[in-house]
Amino acid sequence: MNALPPVPPPAPPPATPLAPGPAATERRDQADDGRDGTPRGSDERGARAGGSAAPPAGVAALPRPVLRMDARIGAMGRAAAAWADLRDGTRLWRLALSLGFLDIRLRYRGSLLGPFWLTLSSAVMVASMGAVFSLLFHTSLRGYLPFLSVSIILWQAGIGALAGEACTSFTGAEQTIRSMRMPFTVQVLRTVWRNLLVLAHNIVVPLAVFAIFGAWPGVEAVLSLPGLLLWIVDGMAACFLLGAICARFRDIPPIVGSLLQIAYYVTPVIWNPSQLGAKGWWLPLNPFFPLMEVVRAPLLGHVPSAMIWEAAVGYSLAFCLVSALLFIRARSRIAFWV
Amino acid sequence: MTVDGSLGMLPDARNGDGQGGDVRGNGVRSDDVPGHGIPPPEALDAGAPADPGDGAAVTVSALSLDFPIYHGGSRSLKKTVLSLASNRMGRSRDTDAGTGGHLGTDRTHRVVVRALREVSFTLRSGERLGLVGHNGAGKSTLLRALGGIYEPVAGSVEVLGSVGTLLDPNFGMNLDLTGRENIVLRGRYAGLNGTGIRALEADVEAFASLGPFLDLPVRTYSSGMVVRLGFALSTAAAPQVLLMDEWFMAGDAKFQDKAHRRLETVVRGAEILVLTSHTLEILRSWCTRLIWLEHGAIRMDGTPDEVLAAYAGV
Repeated sequence: MNALPPVPPPAPPPATPLAPGPAATERRDQADDGRDGTPRGSDERGARAGGSAAPPAGVAALPRPVLRMDARIGAMGRAAAAWADLRDGTRLWRLALSLGFLDIRLRYRGSLLGPFWLTLSSAVMVASMGAVFSLLFHTSLRGYLPFLSVSIILWQAGIGALAGEACTSFTGAEQTIRSMRMPFTVQVLRTVWRNLLVLAHNIVVPLAVFAIFGAWPGVEAVLSLPGLLLWIVDGMAACFLLGAICARFRDIPPIVGSLLQIAYYVTPVIWNPSQLGAKGWWLPLNPFFPLMEVVRAPLLGHVPSAMIWEAAVGYSLAFCLVSALLFIRARSRIAFWV
Repeated sequence: MTVDGSLGMLPDARNGDGQGGDVRGNGVRSDDVPGHGIPPPEALDAGAPADPGDGAAVTVSALSLDFPIYHGGSRSLKKTVLSLASNRMGRSRDTDAGTGGHLGTDRTHRVVVRALREVSFTLRSGERLGLVGHNGAGKSTLLRALGGIYEPVAGSVEVLGSVGTLLDPNFGMNLDLTGRENIVLRGRYAGLNGTGIRALEADVEAFASLGPFLDLPVRTYSSGMVVRLGFALSTAAAPQVLLMDEWFMAGDAKFQDKAHRRLETVVRGAEILVLTSHTLEILRSWCTRLIWLEHGAIRMDGTPDEVLAAYAGV
């Protein structure tokens, strides 16, 4: 076969390719030999030779992919499929970043300040809460406000926001999930990235507070980066876990919301752990406390203790394990649930 | 005697008719059996080159899909927990409807639609399969299962080759983005790099011919323009296995010709086509094989003429 056969006739096979009659069979065979071109013979080969270089596609050069789905793959097969999802989804990181970025842009399209509306509202909240609580706790504004601003932003734009949005990481992408096969990891990365962007906008508030009170944390602040990395991992786990559960059970998001509200009060966010003194023995039982501390303490110029780090990593490992088990179990069903 | 004669005449006459019919019937039959019934495999042997291991292929074996129906309480964790705790006497029921899959309940007493039941078939490079059946017979579900969107509840699906799904013309299109931004986004969905995206942009721009509108938000487009853009985007890729819903027949007449030609290029470029349509002419002219789905199961599998004749007779 020539590499590039002449352009095949535009018409599909004629409407009645099989005239009844004794000769039909032979005629058909000839057609299949490619004389007629249209049904499959030469056309097919032409497509493979010339069509594989189709310019608009840009994907044809890849090796022939294989899609295998079997209902009886068992636990190991499910785990392998979930792993493949993670691997393939990570490869599509460009898409995930674009989607997350567009989410933010579209959310604030047409508003004057854009995502900085968030920053502004956070600033107002921090200022008012700082004024009220420094009176209540009998502390100076200068000592309290840097702590409060970092805490509030990390919780509201960090842990709390991500936990809330993790619930909709799959249901929010319903249209995509039902239109094409796409690793769920893409939606997870998108959600986490979107929240990182929001956090980045809000971090301006504590920076402003630091500047006003001259309370810059020093080089220890760099230590918050490994903590942030841990948050990203936990955030992904949260998206896999909550995204799948919330797709199945639609009353979970409000439950998550209520639990977060409770967590907000029992975790040292607006109050300082030192205020509890000896009564704070139960603090390490709250997973949010060490997780909060590994990012917050460096930003306030402290180095988190080894115990805090161990607790944070331990809780994260357990959480990731639960999330992985659930995602392995639920992955193939999510498309039915959303 | 008269009665006898007439009785005798009737078989005769019938015989005479039968002769003619037989000749034709023979013709049809011989045409039917080797030429008609067997063409798919034969045509394959003749049509597909001697490298079937290299070609695209679709293997579906005993595929079943149950669709959970979540309505009211079954979406609620509270109610699910309560019903698991208290309700252990629910009985499985199986109702039959004129169209659609069978309704039933599964182990946990969820109502499910048996969207596909024990569907098995094999497609090899060069086959163009059409799916016919009433609304809800499982055609779109089967397409989605082939595309890997729905994973089998029982049985297996194996697809060799890149898969392209043309199910939703506006898939991935965001009304608040400009046409150009949508092109980039779609390129990212397809996993294209910068060069691929630029090529896609040039291709779509040339085909959709939206002019300056390409730089305006899609929200400002007329519905026809949205269709153009969506169509151009969906048909830009050249997959080896093309899964297509019938939506593409929509659109204004002038655009339709152009769309038709482009679609044909894509279809010809694909090694395997699976198409659902209610338009019998399309099925007859585009497909080499039809599968008639009824209540999620294969009712008939054969050449377009065969299946359409039986389908129209119902």
